[in-house]
Amino acid sequence: MSQNETQEEKVPNIDVERDVGNFSYQTTYDYDAGKGLTEATIDYICDVKGEPDWMREFRKKALKVFNDKPIPLGWASEDLKTIDLDRISYYMAKGRPTRSWDEVPEEIKQTFERLGVPEKERAFLAGVEAQFDSESSYSSMKEELFKQGVIFVSSSEGLMKYPEIFRPWFGKVIPIGDNKYSALNSAVFSGGSFIYIPKGVKLKQPLQAYFRINAEEMGQFERTLIIADEGSEMMYMEGCTAPQYETSSLHSAVVELVALKGAKIQYVTVQNWSSNVFNLVTKRGLALEDAEIRWIDCNIGSRLTMKYPAVVLRGERARGEVLSIALAHDGQHQDTGSKMIHAADHTSSNIISKSISIGKGRASYRGMVQMPRHLKHCKNNTECDALLINTNSRTDTYPAITVRGEGNSVQHEASVSKVSEEQIFYMQQRGIPEAEAMSLAVNGFVNDLVREFPMEYSVELRRLIDLEMEGSVG
Amino acid sequence: MSLEISSLNVSIADKQILKDFNLTIPKGEVHAIMGPNGTGKSTLAKALAGHPDYTVNKGSALLDGEEIFGLEPDKVARKGLFMAFQYPVEIPGVSIANFIRAAVTARMNKEASDAFSATAYYKALYAKMDELKIPREFTARSVNEGFSGGEKKRCEILQMAMLRPKYAILDETDSGLDIDALRIVAEGVETMRGPDIGIVVITHYQRLLNYIKPDVVHVMYGGRIVKSGGPELALELEARGYGWVEKEFGALV
Repeated sequence: MSQNETQEEKVPNIDVERDVGNFSYQTTYDYDAGKGLTEATIDYICDVKGEPDWMREFRKKALKVFNDKPIPLGWASEDLKTIDLDRISYYMAKGRPTRSWDEVPEEIKQTFERLGVPEKERAFLAGVEAQFDSESSYSSMKEELFKQGVIFVSSSEGLMKYPEIFRPWFGKVIPIGDNKYSALNSAVFSGGSFIYIPKGVKLKQPLQAYFRINAEEMGQFERTLIIADEGSEMMYMEGCTAPQYETSSLHSAVVELVALKGAKIQYVTVQNWSSNVFNLVTKRGLALEDAEIRWIDCNIGSRLTMKYPAVVLRGERARGEVLSIALAHDGQHQDTGSKMIHAADHTSSNIISKSISIGKGRASYRGMVQMPRHLKHCKNNTECDALLINTNSRTDTYPAITVRGEGNSVQHEASVSKVSEEQIFYMQQRGIPEAEAMSLAVNGFVNDLVREFPMEYSVELRRLIDLEMEGSVG
Repeated sequence: MSLEISSLNVSIADKQILKDFNLTIPKGEVHAIMGPNGTGKSTLAKALAGHPDYTVNKGSALLDGEEIFGLEPDKVARKGLFMAFQYPVEIPGVSIANFIRAAVTARMNKEASDAFSATAYYKALYAKMDELKIPREFTARSVNEGFSGGEKKRCEILQMAMLRPKYAILDETDSGLDIDALRIVAEGVETMRGPDIGIVVITHYQRLLNYIKPDVVHVMYGGRIVKSGGPELALELEARGYGWVEKEFGALV
């Protein structure tokens, strides 16, 4: 129909693959540790932030571990070697916005428009505002949180103001030496959140990083620690589906969750990286008796993402769950998965992973489930499904399941599917253009997981998948 | 106004199936195409719909005067040609409601699709479902996934009713075994039948025509139509089988 053709022409072809890289500006920072990483870098960070001595020692110890540990090339992508650690700036912060909305590239504005990013968030995401204007939008909510005794601050503020809660758990779920990149984060982290939910407090609204974000917090080495005290419940959301103003190509975050007896934590991540970013993240939760930890994770883009959210099921009847969606485009590698470490009787875990490879994109699943011999009545269910869009897309599955002892049970299912030509023809016969048909099939593939995301994220996610699918066929 | 197919030659993997095929379907009429297996009935449907595996070597198909060969399948569909599949394809995770909505909005320009509210859509959808006696919970299910033969047909008929094509081709070549499915297709055709639509029902067995009264019956053999007539022709085929067709027309093809 001719109307439709005109419509197709009107919509500009936005470069959402962003193979050309992210958008960035020339920026000067008020605080800049310079390039490269030495003890002097750490002293600079500690001095600027005014951190206590114990943290300075912690960071320096971590630096040593980082330098001593080899790049994990035994199993990980060779691509890790291409990160030039001497050319990275490890700490930059600025106080004031330095550019105007007019300087934001037109196609980025259009992408915000199409994704439906709220007006007040656009300027911040584009790097136009250093400080997200959270005071006006969220002040009433903040007040309510404060009344309930909830602590929700940046990790820097957390370690200075609340050392009695912060220090006993910090670096305990993920110790410095866990892996090379958690050591790096421990050495130079800045930004990220510290959250404490008091006993029995059940938050109805999810907490979002937007509350307290500013230029420094948006760092490449975020550090988040969440402690949910006995019987409390909370949900945390990080990231966003919009393209982000990037300062660096290396992102290495550490997230530690502690769910005390009977507590529930849900941690939701949606990340959409540009294709020059290395995203090497360590995420782990500790679940005590009757506690529950759920990681809901969506990774789109990046050159290489390595992320395996884990739950250590330390107390009886603890439950752990990881739901993850990964989408890899040309030149991108999503190496994601999950670890479930059963360490008490009657613990149960569930892993559902769905990956989509488009063009030459590659998605790998790595899973680890451990149930030692002395445990009884532990259960794990693992499902990983991969969808390949083109014949040259690639997917791999590396499950490692160690189950000892009797009375423990494990289920593992894996599938690889392709969007078939007959499916596309069927949809096209109903008048749906080929690219849109492909989007529908992909959205259908992840539909049951997308439903688990909070409403606003799931809507954005669907739009984002539509954008990613444009130009992937034909 | 008609769907006019002339001198159509179609091959699949270098094997010629349709040979100088001619057929005109005027709006307002229901035609049945019958014939022995392997005579090219399904090929006709798929070639018209623009299936990439079928090569049109020669011929034309004018939909109300506009050529549809050479167009992408979705454009052919938007011009008003609907094909009910013999074996509808499963699309996991996509609900019938969302699928039909995507198909309906694909026919709108941007302003109209932006203005098309969920409420308006569901009102229209539910009205059609009531008319076709389809229960409401049906639309929440994934398209054709785990459907019985009858449910798949119901889903096809619902799509046809919502998309209001100018011409519909129902490929029911092998489905003669499922009486329930046949009845659903027949009821759907009877509901849709009217001055604004031309319908072609392709079938191997006369049984389907116990429920549908076609205006014209065509007998297809060896890649072309060899005989046309009124509904009585279907009864003749039922009584005599296809053997005589082969005897009478075998030499021609």
